Parts: sequence; structure tokens; C-alpha cells
Amino acid sequence: MSVQVSERTEPPAKPARTGEPLVRIRGLKKYFPITRGIIFQKKIGNVHAVDGIDLDIYPGETVGLVGETGCGKSTTARLILRLMDITEGEIVFDGRDISHLKASKMRPLRREMQMIFQDPYASLNPRHTIGSIIGAPFRLHGTVPKKKIKDEVRQLMELVGLNPEHYNRYPHEFSGGQRQRIGVARALGLRPKLIVCDEPVSALDVSIQAQILNLLEDLQEEFKLTYLFIAHDLSVVRHVSDRVAVMYLGRIVEVAEGSTLYETPKHPYTGALLSAVPIPDPELASKKRRIILEGDVPSPINPPSGCRFHPRCPRAQFPTCKENDPQLEEFHDGQMAACHFPLEDRALIEATG
Amino acid sequence: MAEPLLEVKDLKVHFATEDGVVKAVDGITFSIARGETMGVVGESGSGKSVSFLTIMGLIRSKGAMVSGEVLFKGQDLLKLPSDELRHIRGSKISMIFQDPMTSMHPFYKVGSQIGEAIRAHQDISKKEAFSQAIEMLRRVGIPRPEERAKQYPHEFSGGMRQRAMIAMALSLNPDLLIADEPTTALDVTVQAQILDLIDRLKEEFDAAVVMITHDLGVVAEHCDDIMVMYAGKAVEYGEARDIYYNSHHPYTWGLLQSITRIDQDLGDRLRPIRGLPPSLIFVPKGCSFHPRCPYVMDVCKQETPPLLPSAGHHATACHLSLAEKERIFDQEVASHR
Repeated sequence: MSVQVSERTEPPAKPARTGEPLVRIRGLKKYFPITRGIIFQKKIGNVHAVDGIDLDIYPGETVGLVGETGCGKSTTARLILRLMDITEGEIVFDGRDISHLKASKMRPLRREMQMIFQDPYASLNPRHTIGSIIGAPFRLHGTVPKKKIKDEVRQLMELVGLNPEHYNRYPHEFSGGQRQRIGVARALGLRPKLIVCDEPVSALDVSIQAQILNLLEDLQEEFKLTYLFIAHDLSVVRHVSDRVAVMYLGRIVEVAEGSTLYETPKHPYTGALLSAVPIPDPELASKKRRIILEGDVPSPINPPSGCRFHPRCPRAQFPTCKENDPQLEEFHDGQMAACHFPLEDRALIEATG
Repeated sequence: MAEPLLEVKDLKVHFATEDGVVKAVDGITFSIARGETMGVVGESGSGKSVSFLTIMGLIRSKGAMVSGEVLFKGQDLLKLPSDELRHIRGSKISMIFQDPMTSMHPFYKVGSQIGEAIRAHQDISKKEAFSQAIEMLRRVGIPRPEERAKQYPHEFSGGMRQRAMIAMALSLNPDLLIADEPTTALDVTVQAQILDLIDRLKEEFDAAVVMITHDLGVVAEHCDDIMVMYAGKAVEYGEARDIYYNSHHPYTWGLLQSITRIDQDLGDRLRPIRGLPPSLIFVPKGCSFHPRCPYVMDVCKQETPPLLPSAGHHATACHLSLAEKERIFDQEVASHR
């Protein structure tokens, strides 16, 4: 049971989206109250972290979720795993409505959904050995007899490219990339159906990023995993995702197949994000037209009226964009965007050479 | 080439530790002139940050053994007494760091912190320093600088904080700006803005910039020269064009192939560099990259390759012959990126 990480060069065949989605999200909202006062707390507003999103994740696919800091992508991930209570909306996981399940009812479901965290330095307990960290899910869920846990852990370590002899070492003895492998092994132990990867490679060097991305790809193929892949690096997301959802201020503004989104973005925000991505080629990079967005992301406490992107949008027309809130509309091939004045089919490639 | 502003000759920084000598920087040589931007690229632990902290005189560890020459406008910084060095640091050479959150003091107003940096080098009143700080905030593109200067760092977003750091670094009109991973903690949209800002200010102040990064993708359009570092040594040095279109070192090839590209089709499998960077205590014998190199030969395990120039000031430290390097780059590397 070992996976060769760097030998194969052809990509695995991606499954078609058929049948029931593994995760179905409808109208998902999460508001965090802002209060003032110490004893008599008065609610003075809400942070609209996630404000009505719809998303389907089909078995075996990788859905990328991208957006700037503070757009609500990590909150969305935590809501799907029910690590937080939701304010409004519906989450169906594998045919079961989990939107308001109690913690005790959620627990058995947790073995089907796991998470890989961004910071491999903060997500591993420094006082536990690698063996006990990777073995923790087995002990908590009792899926493997106690005597066999050690064997199981060693197999997992081998699977993710760690030396099983390092079973008794501590996290500080490992480099960032190896720690991320430990995180992957821990998530994989209970053979989950869904793994949420929250910025799994952002903290790593580029050369190590590529190793981890290839590992995730191999494991997906071997165990038929479904990934929700959250990242702010659009080129990484393009590489791993079948479909990509772009978030802005708590909303999904565009969803499409990876190549469609990158070649013919419809939403001006997607266009601006894509144009900001650096290209490792001095000549192409200097030819590229860049759309500079003015200002910062507005506060999610009082999001702008109408289209939330209108104060920064280079294509905004008034009063339409300020007054009417655009809904996600289908363009072609399942490409959906929420915009009154979508971009024409000019290829991004044309601008980049 | 113009008169060099900074000339570094055979800089070595070794640390004595209980486990042995850590050769963090093991002999690097380069020079940089006004108006130029130099990129320094390498993985964590390749010695890129330590080199520039040493040049800034910020390595204080007792076990540090520094040798070589760091000539700044002809003056050797390594031989200067610390009070004279302090005069140069901040006013002539300044630095911006990766994490703008931890490099500002949370208790003081942003304007006062910038003002303090100015007052450390100029004899002016607090009030004058504060108004100069406001002017600097304006120049780095912070809207409403009068209000912003009175705010605390936590009231700034990541991108704004990095702009404020740049304002502080440039407030004394330095000749050399060292940017250590200035955009790694930022979103792509903000990253693009900050890099453009550094470019623009470089022109405005007629300064030189050193951009330290682990990602060759980020610096493509901003650097004139690039130095690729591995295990404390420069393995390749050249103009940006040489590095991106005609690179001659297997490690640079690995870096180029590891980058996921946005303008490239899906499906192509990434080709990472295998293995991990070496411990700097037990650096492999011969070429330090040989355990990870796909083109390793017997000679690589015995002899350390010198940094040899091929054309212009493009230089590489690798035992492969020039013809082989060119063949491998054209056939295997260029087609896979």
C-alpha cells in the first residue's frame, strides 16, 4: 500500500458529475453578533461572514473555493463540517440533513468528513508523538482494535510518504512539508468521504507545495476522495480543482469548471483576481493587462447595497448595480455568475499572450 | 554597468552550535547598482534571509562567525563600529519584513512609529516628524493619511500595514531597500499592488531594491538580476531572462517546474524537486544539491562545482557541460512549464 509520488506524469481521469451531490448547500448564512456593554450586552450589529450561498459538491470531485482574506471561505468550511452552528440555511451531507444536528448526533458522522489545516506548525500538538497524533482518530472512534492501531498508523505514514520508523518522534523534529504530510495522514485514517483542505500549501515553499499537491491528487484517486479545496492562490486552485467557486464578501459570485473560469471569467471580480496572479515569465508578465482594484474589501458588517462588488467594480453602472442585488445566473456549461454586466468572452489568455 | 552601490564579496556566516557548525551562508558574491532590483530566490533555510540580516548588521548571536566583505558605497560594513552602522541602518539601508503584523508595535500609533524612525536619524521635533510621517503615508498610497496616521496597527488591513511598513522604510530616503518576502502574507490582488508600489518608489527615490522570495513566479516582472541560493551558496546568478528562459542549474529547473501556473492548461502533473533541503550542519559532500538532483554524476558527489560564468554575467555552479545544460533545459524543462 504505497503511492509513488513523483513517477507518473499523466493526470488521473476525472469523474463526471453525476447522481446526488455528496454535499448540498442551500441558502447558507452565518452571522456573528457584535455586542456592546459588559453585563447588559446589547446587540449592535452583525458580521455577515457567510450570507446566503448555494453549492453542490459531487462525489470524487475537487471544488476549489477562492477569495480574498475575510470573504468567508474558511467560515464556510467550518460550517460544512458543523464546527460552528449555522444561522440559516440547509446543509445535506450524503443524503442526510445535518444543518441542525446535535453534537452527539454529529459525532459518528465526523469520521466521514475530515479537515487539513493551513498551518502545520499550529495544528499538531507539540507534546504528542506523531504516532499518537495520527492514531487519535482511531482511538476516538474505536474503528480499529487497540492492538492494531500501531500497525494502521505505520501504514498510513508510509502511504503519505513518511518513514514509519519515525513513529515516536515529535512534531518539532519535522519540516513544514513533512508536518503537512502528518496532517494528511491524520485526516485520511478513518477513510472519510470528504476532506476539507483549508489552505493546505500556503505555508510551504513552492518546491514542497508541489509534493503535497501531487500527494493529495494520488490519494484522491486511490481512495475516491472528495475535496473542498480552499486557497487564496488561484494558480494552485486551478491546478487541483475540477470546479472553482469564487467568493466575495460572504457570497459566491461565480462558479464554473476550472478551465472555463480561468479562460472566460464572467464576473469582473474573477477577472480582476485572475489578472493579479503573477506569471513566472518576464515577457508574458510585462504584456499582461492588469485590472487594479481600488480600495480594500468593504466591511462585512455593513455590506454595500445591491451588488456587493459595485464600489470597486470597473464595470459598474448606476443605478442598476447599486440597487439590484444580482443572483447567480447560468451562462453556459454550468458556468454561473452573479453580475448585471458580465465580462464578454474575451479570453484571459489573449491578454496574457 | 554603473558604479555598484553594494558589493558583497565571499560573504560567509557560520554559527557554532552544540551540534556542529551551521554554515548558513557559505561564500556569496554579488553587486547591485542604483535603480536595479535584484531577486534572491531559494527555499526556507537556503541562507537568503541570514545573508541580508548580516549585511544590515542584525546578526547578534555570539556564536556567529562572519567573514568576507560587504562594501556599501566603498565602505566595509562588517568592519564598522556598531554606532556608525546604526547611522547607516535605517537611513541609508532599510528593510521590510514578511509579516507586517509582527513588525509594528501594537501600542503606538502608526504615525508615531514612522515619526520615531525619522527622529532616530534627524534632529527634528515630534510634531515635524509626525507631519513627515503623514506625507510618507500619502506617498505610498494610503487614503486619508491624516486620519490613518492617528490609528493603531490593528486598525489597518494586511495590505495597508505593509504600505505603512514601506512608508517607514523609505521615510529617510534610503539608497538600498531590502524586502524580505514582502508579499507572502498578502492576497494576490494586494500583492500586485505592493510590488508595483515598490517598483514605482524605486524610480522615485533612485534607490536599489533587493527582493527576497521563495517563489520565482512572483518576481518575474520586477527583477533585473536574480540570484538562486541553495544550502548557503549561490548556485545560479544572472539576468532575469537568463533564469527564466535559459537557466543552467537543475535546482532552478526544479523551482521553475514546481510553480503552478495560471496561464497553463489543467492536467499536467507537477514535477516537484524530490526530497528535502539538507541540514546545514551536514551539508552533502561535493555539490550540495546532488542528493536531490535528477542528473547527478559521480563527480558531483566528490567535487564542489565553482560558480562559473557562461555568457555575460550569467553564472552557474554545476558540473554538467554547457551543451548538456542547454539540451536538458530546452527538451525537458522549457516544454514542461
